[in-house]
Amino acid sequence: MSKSIDQIFVNAKQWLLTCLGGSPTWVIQVVSSLVNIFALLAVFLTLFALISVLERKILARIQNRYGPNRVGPFGLFQPIADGIKMLIKEDIVPARADKIVHFLAPILIAAAAILALGVIPYGRKMTPFTIDGGILFFFAVGSTTELAVFMAGWGSNNKFSMLGAMRAIAQMISYELPLILTALPVVMVVSSLTPDRIVAAQAGYTFGLVPRWFVFTPWGAAAFILFFISGLVESNRTPFDVPEGESEIVAGHMTEYSGFKYATFFMAEYIGMFAISGLGVTLFLGGWHAPARALEFVPSYVWFFAKLSTLLFVYIWVRGTLPRTRVDQMMNFAWKFMLPMAFTCILAAAVWHYAGRGLRGWLWSLLVIAIVYTALSTLLDTRRKFAPRVYRFAE
Amino acid sequence: MTPTLQAFLIVSTALFSIGLLAALSRRHAIFILIGIEMMLAAANLNFIAFWRFGPHHQPPIGVMIALFSIAIAAAEAAVGLAMVIAVYRHYRTTNVDQLDQLRG
Amino acid sequence: MNSGAFILIAIFTLAAALAAATLRKLMHAALSFALAFVGLASSFFLLGAEFVGLALVFVYIGAVAVLIVFTILLTRRDVEKDRGFNWGGVPIAVAVFGGLTWSILKTQSIAIVAPRMPALTVKQIGAALMTSYVWPLQCVGLLLTAALIGALILVIEEKR
Repeated sequence: MSKSIDQIFVNAKQWLLTCLGGSPTWVIQVVSSLVNIFALLAVFLTLFALISVLERKILARIQNRYGPNRVGPFGLFQPIADGIKMLIKEDIVPARADKIVHFLAPILIAAAAILALGVIPYGRKMTPFTIDGGILFFFAVGSTTELAVFMAGWGSNNKFSMLGAMRAIAQMISYELPLILTALPVVMVVSSLTPDRIVAAQAGYTFGLVPRWFVFTPWGAAAFILFFISGLVESNRTPFDVPEGESEIVAGHMTEYSGFKYATFFMAEYIGMFAISGLGVTLFLGGWHAPARALEFVPSYVWFFAKLSTLLFVYIWVRGTLPRTRVDQMMNFAWKFMLPMAFTCILAAAVWHYAGRGLRGWLWSLLVIAIVYTALSTLLDTRRKFAPRVYRFAE
Repeated sequence: MTPTLQAFLIVSTALFSIGLLAALSRRHAIFILIGIEMMLAAANLNFIAFWRFGPHHQPPIGVMIALFSIAIAAAEAAVGLAMVIAVYRHYRTTNVDQLDQLRG
Repeated sequence: MNSGAFILIAIFTLAAALAAATLRKLMHAALSFALAFVGLASSFFLLGAEFVGLALVFVYIGAVAVLIVFTILLTRRDVEKDRGFNWGGVPIAVAVFGGLTWSILKTQSIAIVAPRMPALTVKQIGAALMTSYVWPLQCVGLLLTAALIGALILVIEEKR
């Protein structure tokens, strides 16, 4: 019973394809990929609509407000109203803009974000696009975003746009290194770039209790935190939303976009966030595996989306809590802390592997990470440079 | 009908010629670099095509050479573009025809 | 291997490359350069070398195209548009293309279709890189480091 529910979508697609029985192979292939694409788009556009309203509600709760609650029950139809508003707005293109580049930039950003979603395993046998170098595909597609952001900034022919695009590219390139380097220990330990294999390697439980997810090893935990921070930066979220800091440079590379193009940017940003979180779930949080043996009757995709939603909630929580960093702080953090720590994770994973992947390896890799972390944090301590701050109030 | 090796080689030749055209005809230093990159990429396509159509697929020699040449092309692009910027700082131009101070 | 896909990819790649070589606006040319490499990467996919295709996208679109675009920005005061076009290059390019195509079409031994091949996995590439190609790999690493440092030294602003 639980098995059939687990495989319900796979079976539905199989059934759909058998309806086509007799047609040539390429028709079946095309239809199969179309089904995958439409399923992916439907799920993630719904999730986007849901998250956009939930984010506003959660942020409102954090700030002691109600948030949107006018349209529909609990304001749940807010995204529909927003979508209609965005669609019927006037689409303004600046007179001196580079029209073609200005037009293509949002399309390219959205395409890259959606393509990256394709390689993530959403459940047992539920990878839309199986490719041998899946992780590499994810990062290769993700690196296209930089060019798209640049196109948006340059095409708009506006100072704020260009400044925002420059900031965005600078931070994307700086944090892409730790992002990829923190994925590397997992790839090394599994010795495969295929997301399915990585998920399969995290099956089972130590002592029948703790799931064998990589986040429960010292190197995995450190790499996951670094990956999460890099993900925050890559998806331009607070506290790293420097490229579009409203109080500084209007809206960064999106300044000159209006109407549906702006909505496309907005959507691409969220879908990029889903993709990065999905990859984080795949790499470190065990993908679609259940957290306990007793809970394995729950379908695999439910677990995946539960983990994904948890990560997204943390994203929103961080946004509601932390102020924006300065550009120089962010860059210093990337090059002086994130990068050495990412290399340390690789080293610790190697130590863990060669010490036998058991308790001994666990302790040794913890030691490596602790030593480097302490050394880095004493070296980079900025508190010593400033005199203790004295506040003077009117007496 | 499936494409033969000849078809791939002709595509790669066309790409090479376009790169040559860019390198020879344009006067902007960046274009010359773009042309060189395209010629290198055409060579990569040849390596991969010969590897795929050849009788031995293991070890993947063509793939290896293509990978190394991509890495070298990246290094070349970085140094080349740095030179373009340095030259621009010095002469305030990127037109290669105007960089003729050493002409006798 | 599908010939329909091949023709589509070939036309796309060559059109983008031609645009990159002839467009007058620098930025448009640089962006079509990136597009040409998308086409080239998909032809690598068609040839069964997925890893190289992905590496190509990674290196050329993620790094080289961004570098080119930045260089155009940094040297923008010079010329927005490239004015000089040396028509002398056209006959040479056409001659090279014609000569090579003629010799390719004349050679009968390469009019072959692709033999069947087991898929090349990333694992095999990694094993080859780490066993028989370790020295070239290290040399490329050294070369990249040297290029990085050299590029930095070239563009660093001298203090006056």
